[in-house]
Amino acid sequence: MRLVLERRADRPTWLVVASPLIAVALTLVAGAILFALLGKNPVAALTAYFIDPLSDGWALQELSVKATPLILIGVGLILCYLSNNWNIGAEGQLVMGAIFGGSVALATHGVPNGPWVLPVMLAAGALGGMLLALVPAILKTRFGANEILTSLMLVYVAELTLDYLVRGPWRDPKGFNFPQSVSFEPEATVPLLVGGGRAHIGFLIALVAVVVAAIVMARTLKGFEIRLVGEAPRAARFAGFDDRRTTWFVFAVSGALAGLAGILEVAGPMGQLQPTVSPGYGFTAIIVAFLGRLNPIGALIAGLFLALTFIGGENAQIMMRIPLDVTRVFQGLLLFFVLACDTFILYRLAVVRQETAA
Amino acid sequence: MGIFEAILLTIITAATPLVIAALGELVVERSGVLNLGVEGMMIIGAATGFAVAVITGSTLLGVLAAIGAGMALAAIFGLLALGLAANQVATGLALTILGLGLSGLIGAGFIGAKRDPMAKIVVPWLSDIPIVGKVFFAQDPIVYFSVVLALGVWWFLFKSRAGLVLRAVGESHGSAHSLGLPVLRIRFIAVLFGGACAGLAGAYLSLAYTPFWSPGMTAGRGWIALAIVVFASWLPFRAVIGAYLFGGVTILQLHAQARGWPVPSQVMSALPYLATIIVLVVISGVRRGGTQAPASLGVPFVPDR
Repeated sequence: MRLVLERRADRPTWLVVASPLIAVALTLVAGAILFALLGKNPVAALTAYFIDPLSDGWALQELSVKATPLILIGVGLILCYLSNNWNIGAEGQLVMGAIFGGSVALATHGVPNGPWVLPVMLAAGALGGMLLALVPAILKTRFGANEILTSLMLVYVAELTLDYLVRGPWRDPKGFNFPQSVSFEPEATVPLLVGGGRAHIGFLIALVAVVVAAIVMARTLKGFEIRLVGEAPRAARFAGFDDRRTTWFVFAVSGALAGLAGILEVAGPMGQLQPTVSPGYGFTAIIVAFLGRLNPIGALIAGLFLALTFIGGENAQIMMRIPLDVTRVFQGLLLFFVLACDTFILYRLAVVRQETAA
Repeated sequence: MGIFEAILLTIITAATPLVIAALGELVVERSGVLNLGVEGMMIIGAATGFAVAVITGSTLLGVLAAIGAGMALAAIFGLLALGLAANQVATGLALTILGLGLSGLIGAGFIGAKRDPMAKIVVPWLSDIPIVGKVFFAQDPIVYFSVVLALGVWWFLFKSRAGLVLRAVGESHGSAHSLGLPVLRIRFIAVLFGGACAGLAGAYLSLAYTPFWSPGMTAGRGWIALAIVVFASWLPFRAVIGAYLFGGVTILQLHAQARGWPVPSQVMSALPYLATIIVLVVISGVRRGGTQAPASLGVPFVPDR
């Protein structure tokens, strides 16, 4: 008697909706076991992780702050993954956005400027991310170089570039030798949603990105093209779609969104450039894309949930001295369970009684 | 010790983990599976190997534990990517994220702990030969093992029947299945072998290369090992050459700092990553049209009875 996968005749709708929820539930169970192994009370730990951060207004604001980059990047990655373009270098594109946008803030620092500074910064950030993302896209279409590896290698290059700039030419001369830039002027920082909090208008930009992407994917020819290139590249070519252009398009869009996330982070919660501008949003956004079932609205929900793991991780570290690495373990486990549950949308497990060749 | 000898010795230590990890992944990819989780398996090997070696005081047990840890992660990958036919790219990424997180948990108690680097096997007399003596006859056991591994992988893939079967599975899993070959079982074993190699490569980092644990110490070497497999056109000896070339680029940084070259350290640190991109572009450009990649690479297989 063995278990084998058997293709389902249909895709049950309830399962499509339920599978990410089941994945989250399994992650929580695995998390409870992990906490028990670490010698912590699982119930208290899970509460510190997933309930406490939701219990007051300040924490809800923080949730929107952390979810903003995750949603922005996740939406862009969805376009890439649907068209079978494996951009996994969003972290680097985020950093490049911070560098490009930050350069505008530093160039206008201390000189008369106006309300145009912030829009220019955001545009420059998006441009920086887009340019870095176009490198693997062009290397893929022109030379056939594997975009997974090239986009990932550029993450290290972008991070080292930022490190050099912040420790070298862009260091604040009055900053007591700390590796950080000057604090941005008010014109160069992102307006807050409510006075005295941390939530900023970046979250609204992320919501706009979700809506636009949802409409593009569901209602436009471009959305159809992206899906078709991913699912049936030959058919797409017969239909007259240029798959190279699709590759450039999805990389450019996802890079721009990651760059935008980067400059929003720098001009928002941070307010200056530092050697590290992200706790790995670009990588976590990969999980956002999959947990959201490669659907922009799904990415919105998934982005909020993964933002919770970041805040919960910090909370659990402070409250229960649980190492911050648990957050990464959670995120890795979550992606595993999401992928496992996705299999059962297409297949069911069947029991085979007779022994046949595998 | 002459400068030439010093450079050769550092290249060998920088290249050895790349050789081992790349050879492991090469076998995995030859069986038609793309496991992008090398970085995760490598760093869990580094953390576990160091932790066990510190606790038990035995380098050998540390190495074995690292191999076991790499295989354990590889088994998770196998269950998902083979057993449940999940997307291999995404599963590999999940493995890397999980490996980085778990390694942080395992290594947390061992930051700052110090051990002596793995003892070297010094061949009497031969190691006294000028210049090449130390290079060839006074290395630690894993360096020697990496050479044996390269020969072994080559012999297995191209001279043994089992290797032929493995390559057949990687080229056309449908045909192999029709012939009655257990496609998934063969691939699972290949994935476990890749995990063992990645774990060993990680152990080399934390037990021989730099005898301490620091979070994120693999610094993208697992990804570079993946690039080396492409560079090598899935051929074992070319993978060794590739690993030594990358080892050479990596140690440029150390020698540049020692000589006080007026180049920002970040530029030197970025060199291996930039070199990877350039090499991928050149290799892929040269091969435009025909690729040597196994034909079924990365394609999930679900046997239809």
